[in-house]
Amino acid sequence: MADTNSEQLKQSPLLSVHKKMQGKLVPFAGYELPVQYPTGILTEHKHTREKVSLFDVSHMGQAVLRGENAAAALESLVPSDLQALPAGKMAYTVLTNDQGGIIDDLMVTNQGDHMHLVVNASRCGVDFAHIMERLEGRASLEVHTERALIALQGPQAAHVLARFAPAARHILFLHSVALTIADVPCLVTRSGYTGEDGFEISVPSEDATKIAALLISENEVEPAGLGARDSLRLEAGLCLYGHDINEATTPVEAGLSWVISKRRREEGGFPGEAVILQQLKDGSKRKRVGIKPEEKVPAREGAKVTDENGTEIGEITSGGFGPSVEGPIAMGYVETAHAQVGTAVNLMVRNKSLAAQVVKLPFVEHNYYRG
Amino acid sequence: MMATVRFTKDHEWVSVDGDTATVGVSDYAQQQLGDVVFVELPETGTSLNKGDEAAVVESVKAASELYSPISGEVSEANGALEDEPSLINSSAMGNGWFYKMTVSNTAELDELMDETAYKGYIEGLD
Repeated sequence: MADTNSEQLKQSPLLSVHKKMQGKLVPFAGYELPVQYPTGILTEHKHTREKVSLFDVSHMGQAVLRGENAAAALESLVPSDLQALPAGKMAYTVLTNDQGGIIDDLMVTNQGDHMHLVVNASRCGVDFAHIMERLEGRASLEVHTERALIALQGPQAAHVLARFAPAARHILFLHSVALTIADVPCLVTRSGYTGEDGFEISVPSEDATKIAALLISENEVEPAGLGARDSLRLEAGLCLYGHDINEATTPVEAGLSWVISKRRREEGGFPGEAVILQQLKDGSKRKRVGIKPEEKVPAREGAKVTDENGTEIGEITSGGFGPSVEGPIAMGYVETAHAQVGTAVNLMVRNKSLAAQVVKLPFVEHNYYRG
Repeated sequence: MMATVRFTKDHEWVSVDGDTATVGVSDYAQQQLGDVVFVELPETGTSLNKGDEAAVVESVKAASELYSPISGEVSEANGALEDEPSLINSSAMGNGWFYKMTVSNTAELDELMDETAYKGYIEGLD
């Protein structure tokens, strides 16, 4: 960590807020971001599940796709039904490669005259180059580096945000509304990466510190860092790009078949369709599953999964400690024959074989606002 | 006689009283680790050479190793850490100790830092 040159790191528009809140800054996806604040990951995690936390996710890539039929154009790169996505609605989907692997997972919102995209920081360059190249002449992409993204997550998120924008209370999960918060025009979606109710607020960078400081000054709100973001999303069973999904994992293997709509299954027309449609029909050789170690020892990414005879059947892709579960949790890929919930498996940690079980995801029930 | 406390560059501490040593991680180390959620301790009777991997500390984010600051035989592991690993965060230099050992060569202590030298060392890291 000491060898990272901080001068080469990009700065979040909220850097001054992180410093003021004594965030422990680390390099992440080319940015200098807080991994935690003085209270620590456990406290930040639990606060998010019980009250509401503010996360800086400005490193996420934001872009706007315009074109006469931008939704149809983008459908040539993802397997979801974007043409059926109503204005003001958001969808989770994946950019696939020609082998059916996942280039990135992303959120797409129909904003009426354009599509708004939010992609992973580490994949920005790859994604945007891919979209521009493949959609040339059909749609144009504007990358919005001048916007910050603030996530307000937790059961009291709506209660807090409604003080500044009463309409926030009525936004449904995966819907988007343009709201004015403290005279700043914001694009607010009811979404997040914690499994809790909450919002992601896209704001012009120059107003980001004002909005963040305003929200943090509310009694219920505490800042939370990347550490809590990771433990919260793992408990929620959500994939982390580059770990649980990558260019070699297909949406079917990753348990993301639900993003592939009925019409797209019938019509195809997305990269890697041959592989993906075949797997939808015949099943895949491996599957992403939840894995619960039976003892207290956490199994981390890279730990091998074996069957009861000691034969290797897969690998952990995300693993650690679940603060709300109060024990170790993991997810990873196993051969489909061993993917059934309740299957006993072993995890190899420091050359020891530890008992574990395939379990249903998520580890903590989602708490989304659907009206 | 007062116990002698020494520190390693890897942020372990060892407190030696006669031929019995108590080993743990420094307050600086626990701050760097963050919330500790699990500890794997050496079994009683284990022979350790100075620098051997002796224990594993798991925080929410990652696993880290504790290397024995001194050679000897483990005489007791701190069982309290099994139920309450957060003792390492709340009391790194006290109740959060990892294990005790019978020291084979107290001369090894001379290669370690005393508290003043260690303070200077961690100031140089920030």
